[in-house]
Amino acid sequence: MSDFFTEAVLIATVAGGIRLAVPLLFASLGEMFGQRSGVLNLGVDGVMLLGAFGGYYAVLKTDNVWLGLLVGVAIGVVFGLITAVMSVTLKAEQGISGIGIYLFGLGFSDLLFQKWVGTPLPIKAFPKINIPVLSDIPIIGEMLFRHSAVVYIAFAAVPLSMFIINRTNFGMKIRAVGENPEAADSLGVSVTKVRYATLIIGGLLAGVAGAALAIDLKIFQQNLTNAAGFIAIALVYFGAWRPLGVMGGALLYGFVNSIVLQLKTLGIIPRSWSDIAAMAPAIVTILALVIVAQRFKPPAALTKPFERGR
Amino acid sequence: MLEMRGITKRFPGVLASDNVDFDVFPGEVHTLLGENGAGKSTLMKILYGLYEADEGEVRLHGEPLSIKNPTDAITHGIGMIHQHFMLVPPLTVAENVALGLKSSRGVLTDLDAVSERIVELGETYGLHVDPSAPIWQMAVGEQQRVEIIKALYREAKLLILDEPTAVLTPQEVDQLFVTLRQLKDDGCGLIFISHKLHEVLALSTRITVLRHGKVTGSVPVEGATRESLAQMMVGRAVKLAPDKTEAKPGNVALKIRGLRVARDRGGDGVRDLDLDVHAGEILGVAGVSGNGQMLLAEAIAGLRAPSAGSIEIAGTEVVGMTPKQVRTTGLAYVPEKRMKDGAIGDFTVSENILLIDHNDEHYLNHGLFDFGAIKKHSRQLVDEYTVKTPTLDTPARNLSGGNIQKMIIARELSGTPEVLVAAQPTRGVDIGAAEYIHTRLIKQRDEDTAILMISEDLDEVFGVSDRVAVMYEGQVMGIVDPRTATREEVGLMMAGVEQDETA
Repeated sequence: MSDFFTEAVLIATVAGGIRLAVPLLFASLGEMFGQRSGVLNLGVDGVMLLGAFGGYYAVLKTDNVWLGLLVGVAIGVVFGLITAVMSVTLKAEQGISGIGIYLFGLGFSDLLFQKWVGTPLPIKAFPKINIPVLSDIPIIGEMLFRHSAVVYIAFAAVPLSMFIINRTNFGMKIRAVGENPEAADSLGVSVTKVRYATLIIGGLLAGVAGAALAIDLKIFQQNLTNAAGFIAIALVYFGAWRPLGVMGGALLYGFVNSIVLQLKTLGIIPRSWSDIAAMAPAIVTILALVIVAQRFKPPAALTKPFERGR
Repeated sequence: MLEMRGITKRFPGVLASDNVDFDVFPGEVHTLLGENGAGKSTLMKILYGLYEADEGEVRLHGEPLSIKNPTDAITHGIGMIHQHFMLVPPLTVAENVALGLKSSRGVLTDLDAVSERIVELGETYGLHVDPSAPIWQMAVGEQQRVEIIKALYREAKLLILDEPTAVLTPQEVDQLFVTLRQLKDDGCGLIFISHKLHEVLALSTRITVLRHGKVTGSVPVEGATRESLAQMMVGRAVKLAPDKTEAKPGNVALKIRGLRVARDRGGDGVRDLDLDVHAGEILGVAGVSGNGQMLLAEAIAGLRAPSAGSIEIAGTEVVGMTPKQVRTTGLAYVPEKRMKDGAIGDFTVSENILLIDHNDEHYLNHGLFDFGAIKKHSRQLVDEYTVKTPTLDTPARNLSGGNIQKMIIARELSGTPEVLVAAQPTRGVDIGAAEYIHTRLIKQRDEDTAILMISEDLDEVFGVSDRVAVMYEGQVMGIVDPRTATREEVGLMMAGVEQDETA
């Protein structure tokens, strides 16, 4: 155990935790937008897988990681739109339709991978950016300021989301539509438009989450996300539908994951236990969710399709 | 300013609005009066763009107008105060007002500017609210002020008020009327929807009455009386106050001591409540909705476990009993939400009547239902209580609200109970059925049943009860004699002023 408490290992564990939190953070923030407007989207993981494959494939072919991320964005937007058509326009049962998207993403991303790639080839990763001055701070600098650009983007998305939700007119409409769509409608706010917008944002961020994950791991394989999209949905509840809370949840999950990985690498956890240890992040997150989430109420209109005049 | 001509709206199987003409001049309060389902709300939803009319024309200031959605209505200066407030509870007053409007700062909100204007409007019209307070923290009366401010902020010149007084105490109603009269004097046109006749007479300049989607009369307020309006609403002469003789109260049949009942969301909704109801009397419980009346009723019926206190029915302690056991002590219960707790919509009339007796051996034959006996029993009750139903096998949901209520009351009174708890017995029920239900309650009283009648309708409370208890925040503020008490006195108690302080 003493091996764990060395400076190098601790730094690697924290930095690793931050890195592991990134895909979850993107996906959770996206899901949060949808839920704040009253739509539960269970398809996140499917969109992440499609984004992951798209991003991976684009980088494989072009060696351009930014193009890879952009492909993730495009795929995400398309599937955000599809989700919106199903949940908003067609008023599909939200607990079911998202699972359809998930299963499609799971199968289709693997199919394309088998068809177009076959044997997994590694790809280029995001370049590391050492933030000038800050990255030279001992220990802290290594932990926080020597990451790839997507890590900074992901964490910058947190204050940006807070700003959008709390300070902009659009954010006010999102909150209103999620809590009382009839009231918003009676004041001329288009419930449909707002929900389309949030679901497209959600899809976009899920696609980015997937692409960021694949490019960070430099690989694609079947079910690459390992249900991270579902954890992301849980994190929205954990974070009480607030960007800071969601970030806290993503970091908690990332750190527990990172610690388990380090303990395994150092041989502190025997190999035979590794499957059980792999469950630790999910268990910790779910426990925290149960404790935290009971104090907060979800948006009142969550999962309820809107129809004017009842 | 507004003319609606020949408005017709059909819903599957119903003609909700049948060639209706309606108009409003600036500086008047034009009341739309009618029973539930008469077509008042339909007409107003058409005007506000929530429904589209099948036929007819709407003109505003002489110009033909097509209103497709609420935005169109707002743009043309039409504001609506909905019966169920259209407010977003977690948002602040300013946010609720600003919602849907362009911000002076582009994508950013401009809540400080909005707040200033809210305070200005509040000062002009006596609508004082704190712009930074979230809606969920506000009392109903305050929330309604926010609704009016929302419309005024959008410079509405024509205001639709859909049953605005339903949730207010009499004092809050007076305050609201002061504001509304001021708006009228400022040249606004007001459409007031209500079925409370004394309010209609107090506020209106003109009254149009609807029945079954048709206009049955349009009269100036001068010369109108409660009786003449009720007759137009129902189509025949009605007695607004039931005839009744002096009560002859007997022993205490329902005795409640130190009762505490928790709310679903925590906190006590009923707090240390003591109450006695005697055999042969009707105790009316008045109060603004949500002050613990429903919790009290459910606790008596055994549907909700009290956290402390005792309830005795005919001398038997019933706290801790199952609802079925409570019934065997002699309780009958007419719940507030009749389609949720009182009847099963998909069950037939006959089955609904059997709901409380399905284990009774009169209706069983070797453990199986004896349909002959069941039919005979339900036929007798349906006839006796004049429940209008095509057959005994008609699903209850196809009946009108009044007939469903009569069916429930028939079922509950069939066992000649010791105690009857009736919550909102005539809410949403047509005047004819209400009249009948009141007569029936009084008859049951004369047969020595102790009746606890919970009602938010003060006319009902004063007309039917022998004593009136007023509830506020889970406590009884005082008990008054309806023959000597005034509405103002009861109104103050409904707002939390103790009985002694009102004298």
